[in-house]
Amino acid sequence: MTKSTLSRAIGFALAATLCSAPALAEELTGTLKKIKDSGTIVLGHRDSSIPFSYFGSDPQQPEGYSHDLQLKAVEAIKQKLGMPDLKVRYNLVTSQTRIPLVQNGTVDLECGSTTNNVERQQQVDFSVGIFEVGTRLLTKTTSGVADFPDLKGKNVVTTAGTTSERLLKAMNAEKKMGMNIISAKDHGESFLMLESGRAVAFMMDDALLAGEMAKAKKPADWHVVGTPQSYEIYGCMVRKGDPAFKAVVDDALVATFKSGEVNAIYDKWFLKPVPPKGLNLNFPMSDELKKLIANPTDKAAEQI
Amino acid sequence: MNYNWDWGVFFKSTGIGSEIYLDWFVTGLGWTIAIALTGWLIALALGSLLGVMRTVPNRWISGIATCYVEVFRNVPLLVQLFLWYFLVPDLLPEPLEMWFKQDLSPATSAFISVVVCLGLFTAARVCEQVRTGIQALPKGQLAAGYALGFRLPQIYRDVLLPQAFRIIIPPLTSEFLNIFKNSSVASLIGLMELLAQTKQTAEFSANLFEAFTLATLIYFTLNMSLMLLMRLVEKKVAVPGLISVGGK
Repeated sequence: MTKSTLSRAIGFALAATLCSAPALAEELTGTLKKIKDSGTIVLGHRDSSIPFSYFGSDPQQPEGYSHDLQLKAVEAIKQKLGMPDLKVRYNLVTSQTRIPLVQNGTVDLECGSTTNNVERQQQVDFSVGIFEVGTRLLTKTTSGVADFPDLKGKNVVTTAGTTSERLLKAMNAEKKMGMNIISAKDHGESFLMLESGRAVAFMMDDALLAGEMAKAKKPADWHVVGTPQSYEIYGCMVRKGDPAFKAVVDDALVATFKSGEVNAIYDKWFLKPVPPKGLNLNFPMSDELKKLIANPTDKAAEQI
Repeated sequence: MNYNWDWGVFFKSTGIGSEIYLDWFVTGLGWTIAIALTGWLIALALGSLLGVMRTVPNRWISGIATCYVEVFRNVPLLVQLFLWYFLVPDLLPEPLEMWFKQDLSPATSAFISVVVCLGLFTAARVCEQVRTGIQALPKGQLAAGYALGFRLPQIYRDVLLPQAFRIIIPPLTSEFLNIFKNSSVASLIGLMELLAQTKQTAEFSANLFEAFTLATLIYFTLNMSLMLLMRLVEKKVAVPGLISVGGK
């Protein structure tokens, strides 16, 4: 290739890029295009993440704090696409299926109780954080456990595949605490292990512990204790490398934070009775969450 | 699909002590083999006994074995496991219940529950195969045994069972492989066998497909080796001229 043809080729490529750039900004790509073409958005939700995303009063319709925020994003997408009649389809996900289903295009937007962490960022993109939890302990008021050091040599339960499991196992190995760690398959079963006396404490995200406590036969017998071992930010998951779609979701969430609407949604799920049993979680907003709402970020807690 | 493949994940640190993810798979495989082999011992012993009971000429004895088979074969394995793990310990006397739940390590109590569950479940299936093995033999064998002055236990021990077991090696192999695959239910009561370790790796690393691919390969290799081993056993114990082996 001679010098002149090379420079001409480069010039042509440059011109093509310059011309097409504004055109691309108008044209829909990725998830937004998929939603526009199909006329449907598929929302990923959970079935028992109380009070984030779960089946409460209606076995067909998920509800919860994360779900309300998810619907805010749907409203913004309707506006952005000029499709007021956009259909919403729900797709139940579990902690094992949520990432692959977002990746392979089954689910467009997942909002539940998914922690934003560095490993998951390799696979999906996260929206700005919607909640922040601390990992603590649920135990009987009479158990004598007040903090993590009291767990030496005891049976402790946590839910398989959670950050708490990793922290607990690491703590056990590093501090040689001799704990027996039970990894139950879901939060409900973890609580069953605790309630049936197989474990003295249940380590998990504090908001979820409040949810489990509210479901107990005698909620007054239980309390949440201990210094938080980590803080974790929950986010909504979208497909990786789709900045246009992520921006619509992020803007909708940030607008909800800035307008203060998020406070009403918070009160509805954490300070008032929630379905199905009409129990009140009595879980006031933490300082960490207040900070997150004031300064929205899509980073994981460990990256801040 | 927008997936970030990383086959090197198995050699990455898990963040717990100095373990890498591959260590978890090794530990998991160890538990899987321990569960399956212990369960198989129970299944083979109890199943053979029940299989004999089903064929003896006594209505009460064969009735008991029939009931056992119907109950254990018709209740889903997972339901049985939850009964053994959550319900049965609560029915024990208080000190025994506390010992089982609190003094034993959680892995041990889960191991006991799952081994008993799988052993009793598989026994019902082994029983049916032992029965068919015995019934496949010509009726004349029993009569010939009596004619030679054997008592019934002797006929079973020296005439019927040695032949019946040779006939049923292929279906028994299939049950033997099943117990290895069924051992994965242990992951649901917190025992960290192969499937539980796979799920844990998938959750921690977010490399779900790599984790499940490795698990598939391990289960496949394990079961193929066991199948080949059982084929060798079948050839080894074959009596020339009595039963055909390997389709010959």
